[in-house]
Amino acid sequence: MTTTTVSRDTGADGRPSTTRTRLAALARAELTLLGRNRNALFIAAVMPLLMVVLLRSSLRGLDPKVLAIGAGPATLVGGTGMILLVVVYMSLTSSLVARREELVLKRLRTGEASDTEILVGAALPAAAISLAQCAVLVAAGVTALGADAPARPDLLLLGLVAAVVLLAGLGALTTTITRTVESAGLTTLPLFLVSSFGSGLFVPRETLPGLAADLSELLPLSGVMEFVRAGWLGTAHAGNLLTAALHTVAWGVVTGWAVRRRFRWEPRR
Amino acid sequence: MTPAIEATDLSRTYSGGYEAVAGISLTVPRGEVFALLGTNGAGKTSTVELLEGLAAPTRGTVRVLGHDPYRERAAVRPRIGVMLQEGGFPSDLTVAETVRMWAGCTSGARPAGEALDSVGLTGRERVRVKQLSGGERRRLDLALALLGRPEVLFLDEPTTGLDAEGRRDTWDLVRALRAGGTTVLLTTHYLEEAESLADRLAIMHQGRIVLSGTPAEVTAAQPARIRFTLPADVPAARLPLRLRAADDGGRVEIRTHALQDDLGELLDWARETGTRLGALDARSASLEEAFLDIASRAQETSTPRTPAQEAAVR
Repeated sequence: MTTTTVSRDTGADGRPSTTRTRLAALARAELTLLGRNRNALFIAAVMPLLMVVLLRSSLRGLDPKVLAIGAGPATLVGGTGMILLVVVYMSLTSSLVARREELVLKRLRTGEASDTEILVGAALPAAAISLAQCAVLVAAGVTALGADAPARPDLLLLGLVAAVVLLAGLGALTTTITRTVESAGLTTLPLFLVSSFGSGLFVPRETLPGLAADLSELLPLSGVMEFVRAGWLGTAHAGNLLTAALHTVAWGVVTGWAVRRRFRWEPRR
Repeated sequence: MTPAIEATDLSRTYSGGYEAVAGISLTVPRGEVFALLGTNGAGKTSTVELLEGLAAPTRGTVRVLGHDPYRERAAVRPRIGVMLQEGGFPSDLTVAETVRMWAGCTSGARPAGEALDSVGLTGRERVRVKQLSGGERRRLDLALALLGRPEVLFLDEPTTGLDAEGRRDTWDLVRALRAGGTTVLLTTHYLEEAESLADRLAIMHQGRIVLSGTPAEVTAAQPARIRFTLPADVPAARLPLRLRAADDGGRVEIRTHALQDDLGELLDWARETGTRLGALDARSASLEEAFLDIASRAQETSTPRTPAQEAAVR
């Protein structure tokens, strides 16, 4: 132990930390942790694949007249939503809860990173993984499922990015009702189920009865899924997209506001 | 020069209505080591969190290096170092990965090797945090608090859980920092730690500072004690009146601010009357007695402070 090395005269090595260095450091640590946690790794890497396979087999059983767009494209649209929900929403919720309970979030707040940077840094690996899986899905769709390439890649990308941001916010919000990592499986279930059936993931929205279809339009993911669908299939009406965009922005604003107000940075004592 | 830390009439009420900090004012000049003492639940950590800017006070103001640490976080954080009471590092990262993460969030971070060396963790770089001993985790935490060469360092119970050697090493480190001009605010419930490290200290009780000053001033404000037992046939009432003796079934205690004079008078009286004083014990006030005295008042919540204590707070 050499206490003589402690001095405050900053040497030339003293680089200031910036948003970029902080986000990189936080995201790198988060990615390392993801790689070391078998449960988290399973949720982020294997579960989306299983979901897509499951989705495909269930859609195949549907009456093509009800489905309207064919099992292949429906799998791609639903699969994209599934990846986003599982990888971004579910895994981010549990990793944020894990960091909160280990007092990591509180400790990080004593440093130079801002609150937003801490949350964004934690979400970056999940966001990157989900986008990579969507890219894989595009490749698989074209080669294995015999689907066309995305008709409007620009709209698809826009929808994906918006979905990642919105789901990351919703994940942060869900931590406020999640006390332990174990209970994250339960607390993320409502949004998962409601979105699966209401926002056109498992079941296309057209197959819902009238009132349910109208209500389902209000769900958080319905807007971004409109973009995803338009991106894959090219079936976009400018009016629909505008509504979907406004809808998504509104959900984003409400979510962001709620996270600012409600997010807990340390465990309940 | 603006003081390192300045708090005025600081209060913190939790959502349940519990007032953990009830009107604290303190000033820590630059370069000073200041210790906040108190029993568990006295409000030390709640106070330090306000000073660190982790929470906004319900009432009152905090300035750290001239800025509000809560509202002007970006201005304050690069210049301070914080060690929480309980570490907060992902248990699955290694020591080196933890330092790297923290270095990315720290302006002017020292090289990892130097930081780990300063707390004696060299050679533990590849060990996961969860496999470190409690003391090693504390030292890692300290290394990270020091990573940006802070001007002001907050240490919340830095030596709790350390063995004797680790504690002494930490003390040496704090002294070295002080010699380098770093301001240190630490909380502790080890009295000897406060006594040997701190330039000034404050004792907290129920959210208030009840005593403060240099260790010497704080102990001087406390009365010295003389204790003895009287033979069965000598009632305490026969003691000289000037000695303000409290008798508890033959066991007598005298509290005094003039130990030498009162002890002399007692001994003179004993010689003149031929009285044997049993188990005679006279001692000057110590920080420990000051502390125990305050802690023993735990139940007397509404007791107003005496003028002497009031004066000590100013």
